Amino acid sequence: MTLEKDPLNLIIAGVGGQGNILASQIVATAGIKEWLYVTVSETYGASQRGGPVMSHVRFSAKAQCGPLIPEGEADIIVGLEPIEALRIIADYGNPSTRVIVSPNPIYPISVLSGQAKYPPVEEVIQKLGGLVAEVRVVKAIEEGETGLAANIVMVGALAGSGMVPIGMKNFEESLGEIMSHRDLDLNLRAFKKGVELARGKVAVPAPVKTRKRK
Amino acid sequence: MGALELDQPGKTVLMMGNEAVARGAIEAGVDFCASYPGTPATEILESLARVAERFGIYAEWSTNEIVSLETAAAASLAGLRALVSMKQPGVNVCSDFLMTVNITGINGGLVLVVADDPRAMSSINEQDSRNYARYADLPLLEPADCQEAKDMTRWAFELSEKLRLPCILRTVTRLSHSRRNVKLGDLPTKKRTAKFEGVYISRDQDLAVAQHAALHQKLEQAREEFEASQFNFYVGPRKARFVIVTCGSGWVYSREAVAALRLKGKVGILKIGTTWPLPERFIVDHLKNVTEILIVEDVDPFLEQNIKILLAEQAKTLGPIEVYGAKSGHLPAYGEMNQDKVTQALASIKGLKPRVRDEKYVEKAKELALAYIPPRMPTFCPGCPHRASMWAIKSALKLDGRDGFVAGDIGCSSIGTGLTGYFQVKTIHCMGAGIGLANGFGKLDRFAFNQPVIAVCGDSTFYHAAIPALINARVHNSNVLMVVLDNGGTAMTGFQPHPGSGLDAFGQPAPTVEIENICGGIGVEFKVRDPFEISQAIEDLYDMLQDSGPRVMIFRRRCFLIEAKEKLQKKYYVDQSKCIGDDCGCARFCSRVFNCPGIIWDQEAQKAKIDEVVCTGCGVCATLCPEGAILVRGAAP
Repeated sequence: MTLEKDPLNLIIAGVGGQGNILASQIVATAGIKEWLYVTVSETYGASQRGGPVMSHVRFSAKAQCGPLIPEGEADIIVGLEPIEALRIIADYGNPSTRVIVSPNPIYPISVLSGQAKYPPVEEVIQKLGGLVAEVRVVKAIEEGETGLAANIVMVGALAGSGMVPIGMKNFEESLGEIMSHRDLDLNLRAFKKGVELARGKVAVPAPVKTRKRK
Repeated sequence: MGALELDQPGKTVLMMGNEAVARGAIEAGVDFCASYPGTPATEILESLARVAERFGIYAEWSTNEIVSLETAAAASLAGLRALVSMKQPGVNVCSDFLMTVNITGINGGLVLVVADDPRAMSSINEQDSRNYARYADLPLLEPADCQEAKDMTRWAFELSEKLRLPCILRTVTRLSHSRRNVKLGDLPTKKRTAKFEGVYISRDQDLAVAQHAALHQKLEQAREEFEASQFNFYVGPRKARFVIVTCGSGWVYSREAVAALRLKGKVGILKIGTTWPLPERFIVDHLKNVTEILIVEDVDPFLEQNIKILLAEQAKTLGPIEVYGAKSGHLPAYGEMNQDKVTQALASIKGLKPRVRDEKYVEKAKELALAYIPPRMPTFCPGCPHRASMWAIKSALKLDGRDGFVAGDIGCSSIGTGLTGYFQVKTIHCMGAGIGLANGFGKLDRFAFNQPVIAVCGDSTFYHAAIPALINARVHNSNVLMVVLDNGGTAMTGFQPHPGSGLDAFGQPAPTVEIENICGGIGVEFKVRDPFEISQAIEDLYDMLQDSGPRVMIFRRRCFLIEAKEKLQKKYYVDQSKCIGDDCGCARFCSRVFNCPGIIWDQEAQKAKIDEVVCTGCGVCATLCPEGAILVRGAAP
């Protein structure tokens, strides 16, 4: 297999507790089933919960990549949380980066306690659009839902978007290997919901004002 | 079935670095493993314990790292293969034994895996444990990726057994916690039986000196083994004048930096997997036509200094070679290495311009990020008993009014340095340092010192490192109040069992050693309180602050992450007819001061609100609200 871009660099960004690491493991295991070299690396701070967490996932048909994506070299960003997607773009984005983002915010303690303000989500997404080639908004959590399995919805959205060269069957096999039997049905449903959402949603091509890199 | 136990040699799977170490040990037929939990090393023993029964392996979470090394060494002395794993400060704890087991030697393969944490992502420092290999004259292996993590671990057992010497395998967070392709090897078929024979004594004068000399001979033997190791190799043009010498994660960063600068035809890479003692002939052979080298490694200039010594010794053969690295200022000797740093160093030496991000784009993106992203600070989890304990400490110290402070320790309680711990903790060093320092502060009264000192540590830390200092406090009648935050497990690393948990590494019931029995045995006064009974906790802590001599308060309440999973918790809500918002004068106590992520400030109503998804139902805020506005759902008001 050859990749259109090699290595293909994906970042999954979110907050501790959202299941970011599990999501990256599912995508990576599916990648190995496509006979690719896959490298996954997680970065997080000291807190188990509430801190920003990102996973770097790199696919190559040629060689095992290093664990870290160089600055500005993310091809795809999956944001489990809107401002976390923005945080990642600042360090790793470029004008041809493509973004899939969940619009459901996780408020930091500074916001919960009323000491800082969380920006309006529509505005964050609009600003994201000004920085990258494509933003797909995938509403992983409906009103009244708790957000369990939202990470798997986003994995489904990534699969459905066609941005990674991995077949549906390998994604589903990977889910079956990684998720416990008890939760598999729930997670397969979440995955399929994500696939539908990404396919149904026509990408909103945002106005790109910055000059595209050659 | 997980990849750890998969009996399919040749199959490629996705494996985490720490799992790969565990798989390598399993393939080597490891019999016995011991560890103390610590990020980034924890998953090594966790993985081994998970499959221990199937492979007939013994696994334990030891009380601390020196006990784990001694325990594992005993298995080795009885002819078994043993693995001990720990994070980098653990090596300091076990170094006393390490400095003698090197000279007595061992019998069965004994491998010490140390996971260093460059950039101190989950640590108190970023010490480079490779220095211990040189210090203790022990062979050192540094895997560059997950495949090598597995293969080197497997080989380390053979090497250790051949040399009758413990081997050190050093990983870093970025390897331990990354997942990559790993091709599995075959599983062992035979089992060993244990039998102790021989004499292993390190003793004064003649014997110790003779053993030391013999140790140096063993190290020369290790060097010979390393000369032909598959883990050392050269990639690049045949007659490169410029070579990057690298080890560990530096290998892949170097390869990518050379590719990024399109220097493949000009720059070679000499990758060393066996970094102490150095395979000298191998290195010299590959540097014969070279005039410049760049050395790439994680944290200390360990490889750099050893290579420089070699270059000085071989000056006649090699001629002058310019060395770039930490000393030359091209790469930092702190923080974590990455591809960008190597690319920049290489570009600056070669006078090239690396491809950089569009400055205007970066400026715009960073400006937006700055404007839109509120800070995310580490906090105690919702329902964390430590929040209540730290509140009790803060309140008691404030009531006391003598400018008291907290000497802190390692683990979840260290979050007490921040906002949600109310900034009470003023010192943090190594495991057990809180009570150790408090011992000293408690003897300063003759120098007009009158600030009360509270030493705070977690339960796992208490068993690990606090007991000798507590004995010291008793014997010297030091004025110290120790607070043990007992949440029932080693919470920060994922709730591994400790001597008070009543469980072993397999999850089976085990005897317990109670903290209060230890305090009673030492003869210090102690109380046990529930921090969720917060008024009582504050009052009793205040009373104890007024006493002198050593005292212990045990705040006991199980980690709520675990508790909430097991039991249905009460649902709390804010009765907004009772909450009077900013008119109350409590300064938004529950959401802003007490700082629990389960309590939200409702911007529209300008009143407090409970986030029922986040709230774990601990109920502490309900007892603290001055208006009594926080209530249990379904209960009579």
